[in-house]
Amino acid sequence: MILILLAGTAVLLALALAGAVVKGQGRSLYAIASFVAFLSAILALISLPARPETLVLPLGLPWLGWHFRLDPLSAFFLLVVDLGAASSSLFAIGYGRHEAEPGRVLPFFPLFLASLQLVVLAADAFSFLFSWELMSLASWALVLVQHRDHESIRAGYVYLVMALLSGLALLLSFGLLAGAAGSYEFAAMRLAHPAPGLAVLALLLALIGTGAKAGLVPLHAWLPLAHPAAPSQVSALMSGVMTKVAVYAFLRIAFGLLPVPPGWIGLLVLALGGITSVLGVLYALMQHDLKRLLAYHTVENIGIIFIGIGLAMVFRAAGGEEAAAALALTAALFHVLNHSLFKSLLFFGAGAVDRATGTRDMERGGGLIHRMPQTAFFFLIGCAAISALPPLNGFVSEWLTFQAILLGPGLPEWGPKIIIPVAGALLALAASLAAACFVKAFGITFLGRPRSREAAEAAETDRFSLSAMGILAVLCFLAGIFPAAVINAFAPVSRALLGAAMPAQSHLPWGTIIPVAAARSSYDGSAIFLLILAVTVLAIAGARHLAAHAVRRAPAWDCGFPDPRPVTQYTATSFAEPIRRVFGPVLFGAASIVRMPPPGATGPAQIKNVLHDRLWEMFYDPVAIAVARLAEAANHLQFLTIRRYLFFVFAALVMLLFSLALLQ
Amino acid sequence: MGLGFDIAHMLAGLMVLASLLLLYQDRLTALINVLRLHGFILALAVAWQAHIQSAPELFVSAAIALLVKALVIPGALDRIVERLGIHRNVETVGGIGLTMFAGMALVALSLRVMLPVTAAADPVSRQDIALALSVVLIGLLIMVTRRNALGQVAGFLSLENGIDLAAAGARGMPLVVELSVAFSVLIAFIVIGIYLFRIRERFDSVDLAALESFRGERR
Repeated sequence: MILILLAGTAVLLALALAGAVVKGQGRSLYAIASFVAFLSAILALISLPARPETLVLPLGLPWLGWHFRLDPLSAFFLLVVDLGAASSSLFAIGYGRHEAEPGRVLPFFPLFLASLQLVVLAADAFSFLFSWELMSLASWALVLVQHRDHESIRAGYVYLVMALLSGLALLLSFGLLAGAAGSYEFAAMRLAHPAPGLAVLALLLALIGTGAKAGLVPLHAWLPLAHPAAPSQVSALMSGVMTKVAVYAFLRIAFGLLPVPPGWIGLLVLALGGITSVLGVLYALMQHDLKRLLAYHTVENIGIIFIGIGLAMVFRAAGGEEAAAALALTAALFHVLNHSLFKSLLFFGAGAVDRATGTRDMERGGGLIHRMPQTAFFFLIGCAAISALPPLNGFVSEWLTFQAILLGPGLPEWGPKIIIPVAGALLALAASLAAACFVKAFGITFLGRPRSREAAEAAETDRFSLSAMGILAVLCFLAGIFPAAVINAFAPVSRALLGAAMPAQSHLPWGTIIPVAAARSSYDGSAIFLLILAVTVLAIAGARHLAAHAVRRAPAWDCGFPDPRPVTQYTATSFAEPIRRVFGPVLFGAASIVRMPPPGATGPAQIKNVLHDRLWEMFYDPVAIAVARLAEAANHLQFLTIRRYLFFVFAALVMLLFSLALLQ
Repeated sequence: MGLGFDIAHMLAGLMVLASLLLLYQDRLTALINVLRLHGFILALAVAWQAHIQSAPELFVSAAIALLVKALVIPGALDRIVERLGIHRNVETVGGIGLTMFAGMALVALSLRVMLPVTAAADPVSRQDIALALSVVLIGLLIMVTRRNALGQVAGFLSLENGIDLAAAGARGMPLVVELSVAFSVLIAFIVIGIYLFRIRERFDSVDLAALESFRGERR
């Protein structure tokens, strides 16, 4: 099985080479990539409950080889990766036609796909880090596709710096895991028993390394810059899949390689997840750029996933709470799958809108539901899913997370007893703000009247893009109404990581899921769906049959808009204003500067809203200033004499020898 | 083993001695003469290693050392000195006592470091490597303490001799490595020769101070 999967990866690598020489838009290239990824996804799904497989290829470092392992965890994430890869390649068949410089996308896109697969299959630290860096570099090249745009260049730079930080932290973490004489194979790390202090340090480094890739606050700053800058199929992959690969890395290290860490780390992860989810959605609300809004929502969803993971760690450390830990972990995994589905869908929709109107600015959209009805429908499904509305999939995973949170007060210690409910409150806040945010995103972009000529003349997107969105929408829907099947499919993963899984849900009628006990709570996706369907049909029928049929002619109610110009509509800023008023002054340092013209002047009054990125100012500016100072200081070294340089080399050598002599 | 070991040890010790001699030569002609002696002892030491290890290919390296390091390079350096007209020049070395102490300290340091590390190794190559390290370190010290470009060349060449000595002492060192080292020394020598003439052409001196003031460097 693993050999077939690697053959698929090899095909993708060959496509990357072909992409470097092929002329034109590379439609067949995308088609092959999509097909290969689709087959890999099926294989991954099949091997989810299978026994772990390992393979060593004589590649990479001599004497070390390249170790691969396909176990339930990597099979699950391979499934997520390949679903995203297949759908985004399918989307790109149509979308890539508009690419101005396909030569900047075609070599790196298959390379990016291949590196994503390699990361989840790697089973030694060297090949893992190699694939990880390959993933970073390929996506960096894709971020810089619009290389003449200053925003893109800045995004690429920030991304590269953060990717380096992440790689460095992971390198150190693996170094600690391997120990002084240890082996770099994961199998050996699993058996090693590092000292507790070192294990904690390795886990914290892993949290930094994977958090910087996943977009955990305060390491998220690159994400809303880099993800929107890339072409939309790549944005979808970066947001929907690459952040999940980072989650995979954290799960692999925290649950797979290290002994059970102390509970406070779980609480730390939980708290970071809660803060991330709320801040992500608040920042998202302030955005008017559709793709950037989606990127900030990725930050929010990563927060939700890390809440689940943190809960699983807390329950696992508490001992005797395996069932609760399995519930929390399953919720996190479920959300990983869900988010990859609906975030890809939403980015595809945003890309289609971008191509149709030529802008990502929501304030220039509007009325697109008439011009692009299918895109609008799929985008609406994505919005409902990410806003956690039943009967779609987003609701199930967030509901499961809440079920795990509700088990928190059962723990004996006071720390979890206090922090877990707070995280629950943050999650609830984030979920409701997300709904508000997507009302804004959908409403301003697709509803109302067109706010610009481009929006008024937009045309529906091509069939490949539509089918990619359609497939993802159907998957969102299926995962929402048949959650029991999905949960059962995840059982091998949580059994492999925790030794326990959620009870099998399949014997229940109607696909009901019961996470803890029937007396506590249960959810029934298909029944809810049927209920919603029935109520909708009844309402429509009622409106048809009970309403008056007589035609009445009267002056139209103008909804308080006597002026027919589109400018008078509710805008994205108007939507965000109440929330900006509540949270803005504290979190964003928001201020409104009103400038009135002096008496007698005929100029218009102006109002200007200023937002500060407090996190950037708190965490990033000091580092940038310190680096600049250090560089300034080190600059003196550029102008020394040859003898001085020689002296430095000599002194360093003698110092090293001297310390060696002292240590013996 | 007894006599063979003693002679190998003596030759390596002589190389260290020659390095220490190099350290305080303040006339260029004397410096080159000592360098010639250094290369000659190296050739002898390598030849002796070839004899006691009964490794005929080491005789080739000994011949290369004799030809290149004892004859060709010092001869060429002599010609450079003559053509540049600097054979009377006195090179500032710094306080002789201080540099000699530093050199002796380096020898002590390399013995202190190397002997315990290589405790399990063959005693012949053990001593050789320890002494070779001190030759390398003294070569670096010479490069650091000289202001004249030729002085730095001499330091560099003696450093290379030290590496060669270590290579000869270690058993099983393939000939191709030695050949490439010798070749690299030759290349380095050619580059440095051209460099010397270029400096001379431009600044009328091979004192590095001229170059440094040209680059606007800080002292």
